[in-house]
Amino acid sequence: MATTHTIHAHAAPQGFVRKYIFSLDHKVIGLQYYFLALVAVFVGMFLSLLMRIHLIWPTASLPLFGELKPETYLSLLTMHGTIMVFFVLTTAPQGGFGNYFLPIQIGAPDMAFPVLNMLSFWTTFVAFVVMIAAFFVTGGAPLHGWTGYAPLSALPSAGPGEQLGADLWITSIAIFCLASLMGALNFITTTLDLRAKGMTLMRMPLTVWAWFVTAILGLLAFGVLLSAGILLLLDRNLGTSFYVPLVVVNGQVMGHKGGSPLLWQHLFWFFGHPEVYIAILPGMGVASQLLSTFSRKPIFGYKAMVYAIMAIGLLGFMVWGHHMFMSGMSPWSAFSFSLMTMAIGVPSAIKTFNWLGTIYKGRVRFQSPMLYAIGFVSLFVSGGLSGPFLAQPVLDIPLHDTYFVVGHFHLIMGVAAIFGMFAGTAYWFPKMFGRMMNETLTRIHFWITFIGTYAIFMPMHYLGLAGHPRRYSQLTELNYLKDLIPLQTFMTYAAFITIGIQLVFVFNLFWSMFKGPKASDNPWESTTLEWTTATPPPHDNFGGVTPVVNHGPYEYSVPGAPKDYIMQTDPATAAAH
Amino acid sequence: MSSIALKYPKTGQGGTGEHPPVKDGGGGDRGGSGSPNYGARLRRARLGLAVGLTSVTMLFVSFTSAYIVRQGLPTLDEHTQTYVRDWISVNLPLTLLLVNTLLLLVSSITVELARRQITRQAALAPVKSIPGVSVGDERGFPWLNITIVLGFGFLFGQWMAWRELADRGFYLATSTSGAFFYVLTGAHAIHLVGGLIALLVSAITALMRRPVESRRIVVDVTAWYWHFMAVLWIYIFGLLWFAR
Repeated sequence: MATTHTIHAHAAPQGFVRKYIFSLDHKVIGLQYYFLALVAVFVGMFLSLLMRIHLIWPTASLPLFGELKPETYLSLLTMHGTIMVFFVLTTAPQGGFGNYFLPIQIGAPDMAFPVLNMLSFWTTFVAFVVMIAAFFVTGGAPLHGWTGYAPLSALPSAGPGEQLGADLWITSIAIFCLASLMGALNFITTTLDLRAKGMTLMRMPLTVWAWFVTAILGLLAFGVLLSAGILLLLDRNLGTSFYVPLVVVNGQVMGHKGGSPLLWQHLFWFFGHPEVYIAILPGMGVASQLLSTFSRKPIFGYKAMVYAIMAIGLLGFMVWGHHMFMSGMSPWSAFSFSLMTMAIGVPSAIKTFNWLGTIYKGRVRFQSPMLYAIGFVSLFVSGGLSGPFLAQPVLDIPLHDTYFVVGHFHLIMGVAAIFGMFAGTAYWFPKMFGRMMNETLTRIHFWITFIGTYAIFMPMHYLGLAGHPRRYSQLTELNYLKDLIPLQTFMTYAAFITIGIQLVFVFNLFWSMFKGPKASDNPWESTTLEWTTATPPPHDNFGGVTPVVNHGPYEYSVPGAPKDYIMQTDPATAAAH
Repeated sequence: MSSIALKYPKTGQGGTGEHPPVKDGGGGDRGGSGSPNYGARLRRARLGLAVGLTSVTMLFVSFTSAYIVRQGLPTLDEHTQTYVRDWISVNLPLTLLLVNTLLLLVSSITVELARRQITRQAALAPVKSIPGVSVGDERGFPWLNITIVLGFGFLFGQWMAWRELADRGFYLATSTSGAFFYVLTGAHAIHLVGGLIALLVSAITALMRRPVESRRIVVDVTAWYWHFMAVLWIYIFGLLWFAR
């Protein structure tokens, strides 16, 4: 079998296990990532719902957890953040959609290293299992938040969840780092080496650009988190003092000496800030693709969009200190971190204005993918505008430990990225499953989710400005917060409704998979390569043909063209401009 | 055969049907053409290696920054209530480490010779398959096996160094400087084990009549990886010695 190692020469697999479980097909692996993230997002939402209920009814007995103790509240908070950031925001947009559509959009038959691709998914899966296992060990899940600040995270005696639960948490993150590094390696090599004839870099769809730059960020960032995690594990279990200074816990002097908790913060945020862009960049790519397609106009300023993605990626590595203004850093460093952070506003604004420029005077088709894409832009702007506020040390210091920050990062990193996923799901569902989603259900889901997320997260900004601290498990005993409880109650009800409506989305997803109307090969009249092939795409993506690309990705409404869109594979003569 | 049916014309399932993708007439290596295109595969594997080594570099950059920051950090002495440096210079087993360095450098040379040897063999492979053509018996010098032995020798030497360090009183928890020694050399050793496994695989597949072109890719990529590990080791050694 001389050909077993050529890129796509793994023949279409036969048995169930080879076809759906240990598959080498990037499309199957993409769906595996997607459904893993779907499970994870429901776990994460469930935890957030428990927290919202507890804030309003502190004595309520909650499913699975009973009446919450303060430390259990912190466990829920930690696991909610960790699961959402790693197993949803990092997994679905990049691992899910990226895996499925990056090879097809550049005209490749598969990823560059299919076996590595399979390994990276199953490693992610193991990481998820280890993470969830932290709930079930003695002491329960860790309390140290998704940022795992030392010395809390480094001392097993620091709290009930900091024993085995914290070890599992760190191990899971380390495994996840390995998985992400494998994935990033594959994405970068595939993009550089497997593009079809004519698919120059400047003809790649913006989705591909976003996945490519995201992979570069992952490649550079996850190694740093891995090293930080290794040192943390050593501090916890083998008595080293990388992060832990001389500390006394419950009257007992710990054996550590001279370590620096700030060292952890620096290493963590050197990963942590690029991670924000790992979550949001794929959403930006999807929004660009969809706004152009559904406005029937070329994307406004394609090159500017590409350079803006790169600039965001580059600047993303220079701003980690803005998470640490509270750590007592030198005002000079704080100033430079602040300045760099403000600079990210420039490429972000370029992207936003180009999106608006794309819609402007377009013949907009308000189909459901477009609604989600517009929702993404809206949430990106609303969440992004509070960024420059928090970039000022003088404003960040009073706001940092309040709900203002919670509102900010949930809007921009959480919900905006999730709207990117909704948009991707609605747009690519016909290609992935060969059927259309129910348009009515999708619209109902869009409007309630859109209004619901604003109803949850906008009031958090007011809470923060009023000085409401975050991470508190009980509000009832604090007089100065009493006036804010009605707003908290409103947010909890909004969370109930918004989370409830997600069941409609899931129902629509699975019902349409089997019962939806059959989709044509190109239902949205898009131009990129995935719409030139069959629905769903055959095992080698293009049914034995290697596509040749003659056009840019967004040639809509070209004057003189027979239709209002020109496929990337159309003969070069079709361009009459 | 596992070669995928890339030659079938696409019938009735392309896009909306108006513009089926054009068949790539060149059969070039862009995107692959179904035949075992070793040149394209080698290039792809090398590119993948370069990308992968970038993340390995980031791992050690991160350890280095932690090293430098932690080293310069003042710590509060509980008796005198003053800030002091708690950094203790590690008493490195220098001779042993120098011998190890020599072992690894020599193995880097032998793996390069192995790489060139198999490159030659792969180039001659198509000629050899022509009936009646003989390019002579090429049971070359076992450079690959020598590299494997040297690799194990280096690992054994590192293990000796750890033992030696422990004998001198530097355990993992004794001092952070010692802990960094174990972390940096340990992380390097784990990476080296990965390279050794790849070399072992190619040595074993040599006995299994795998096509030499396919084996060449493994050896080639592992050789570059091995060189990188040698350079990385010199960097780590330099860091541990000059920034004691």
